[in-house]
Amino acid sequence: MRANTWAGRNKVEVRDVPDPKILNGRDAIVRITSTAICGSDLHLVDGYVPTMQDGDVMGHEFMGEVIEVGPDVPADRLRPGDRVVVPFPIACGACAACAAELYSCCENSNPNAGIAEKMFGHPLAGIFGYSHLTGGYAGGQAQYARVPFADVGPLKIDSDLTDEQVLFLSDILPTGYMGAEMCDIRPSDVVAVWGAGPVGQFAMDSARVLGAATVIAIDREPYRLRMAEQAGYKTINFDDADVRSRLLELTGGRGPDKCIDAVGMEATHGSAHIGAYDRIKQAVRSETERPHALRQAILSCRSGGVVSVIGVYGGLLDKFPAGAWMNRSLTLRTGQCHVQRYMKPLLDRIERGELDPTRIITHTLPLDQAERGFEIFKNKQDNCEKVVLKPVKRHRHFSKNDNGSSAGEVGI
Amino acid sequence: MELTAATTIRKPGTDVYTFWRDLENLPTFMAHLEQVRVTGDRTSHWVADAPFGNDVQWDAEIVDEVPGEKIAWRSTGNADVPNAGTVWFVPAPDGASTEVHVLLTYDIPGGTIGKAVAKYFGEEPHQQLDDDLRRLKQVLETGEVIRSDGAPWGKRARKEFPQRPAQPLSDAELAKGADA
Repeated sequence: MRANTWAGRNKVEVRDVPDPKILNGRDAIVRITSTAICGSDLHLVDGYVPTMQDGDVMGHEFMGEVIEVGPDVPADRLRPGDRVVVPFPIACGACAACAAELYSCCENSNPNAGIAEKMFGHPLAGIFGYSHLTGGYAGGQAQYARVPFADVGPLKIDSDLTDEQVLFLSDILPTGYMGAEMCDIRPSDVVAVWGAGPVGQFAMDSARVLGAATVIAIDREPYRLRMAEQAGYKTINFDDADVRSRLLELTGGRGPDKCIDAVGMEATHGSAHIGAYDRIKQAVRSETERPHALRQAILSCRSGGVVSVIGVYGGLLDKFPAGAWMNRSLTLRTGQCHVQRYMKPLLDRIERGELDPTRIITHTLPLDQAERGFEIFKNKQDNCEKVVLKPVKRHRHFSKNDNGSSAGEVGI
Repeated sequence: MELTAATTIRKPGTDVYTFWRDLENLPTFMAHLEQVRVTGDRTSHWVADAPFGNDVQWDAEIVDEVPGEKIAWRSTGNADVPNAGTVWFVPAPDGASTEVHVLLTYDIPGGTIGKAVAKYFGEEPHQQLDDDLRRLKQVLETGEVIRSDGAPWGKRARKEFPQRPAQPLSDAELAKGADA
């Protein structure tokens, strides 16, 4: 099959790799109809997440049609022909973490738990296409994917919603939603969101549906801020304004009640010298993060407020404003999204028209153009917000020219 | 040499005890063990893989047992590597899970085998025991040892890191190694 693979730092490559096969009894094989490039894929491509290998199949946001199930997947749960969205954390459904609905902390799904344990103290769940630290699972930027614990994770889509309406249930919509949910939003709340990328936009939408009075987007890309503005949010361009001062103006001097960091380890910012400090420290590996958005969120938040972190961090940071955090009674909440917990309720919200995930899609490309997709997404070219990739439905026989011209589909 | 490790498994103590008490189950999750054959009510024969393609074999007997709570065993006769172990099954505070505490002791001898075994165990023995218990937890909680595309080898822990690239295995690779 064709798959987008990691080919070294700043390089992805669409290659021919073997088709996936059932390895465990509860696996399913899914023929992928839509997959996406995620902001956190950029941390892999940029080389900030260790343990990537040349040839790793990337991608953790995907959906498609089940074409095969292992012998231990109950037939009433999933069967060939079902249309499913696959959540990015791989969760067993049986351990204490899964029982507590902390699916991204599943205790059984990471075969490389020993390494993750050394880095994080305790392991985290396996994740599709997301380094060997999270298990070494082949990802979903491919024609087919193997889905372990298929009786636990995948959400069946029975209605005629389009791929574009439901695809983001795999990651970024629940991630944005969890970011807002962790804020315990009250009707009078002003919620500020750092980062107007896809996750940030969904955090804003979620803050709105959870009842926030005002939502403020912080970014430097005019097209991303326009997108937020069109959805009804206030905006701050941190290249044009001092973020904390502007936030105080917008909140009568109090600061936002709730702050969401939807940026993570590769933050950029207007203040050149602190930016240079973080970049240099990160480049020589003496800190793994550039935590500027997090610092600014903590310093800007009103006393007693909540700072909710859904941007991805990988290791260690310094210059953490512990004084502000402790002395001003801030609550810091965070987590990789426990996607399985949110998929069904968010599907219901999409069906009721409360959320429209399609609003962030700016580019749809064939899977074979994944390399270009990464380039425009990473470099924010062509007003790129979110790239959806479409694998070609494969034909059984390939001509010598490999143009897939003959008839007969595989595995349907 | 003494090794200790512990894990918590979300199953009743009797389930975990029963699984372990059938000693022939141990090789399904313990990386070193190739086979345990039960030879009597309290006796068994163990085969472990050792470096350079050698096997290390010994007879063992259960020397202390409290059903549902504890099993202790030790090697008997002229074992190449005299060893003993105890496993305790303790109810966890959540009321649903069982803590498994393991103590293993090895009397590593001199000579060629001793050196080889010492070297073998020298590669992070605690990590190996931790990984063994992780697989025990996988087997009891999910029914099997979990495999990823980058680590398709099941209990062959020593191969888990570094892994192979995370892409599906070819038929030839699959035939060669995934089920070993």
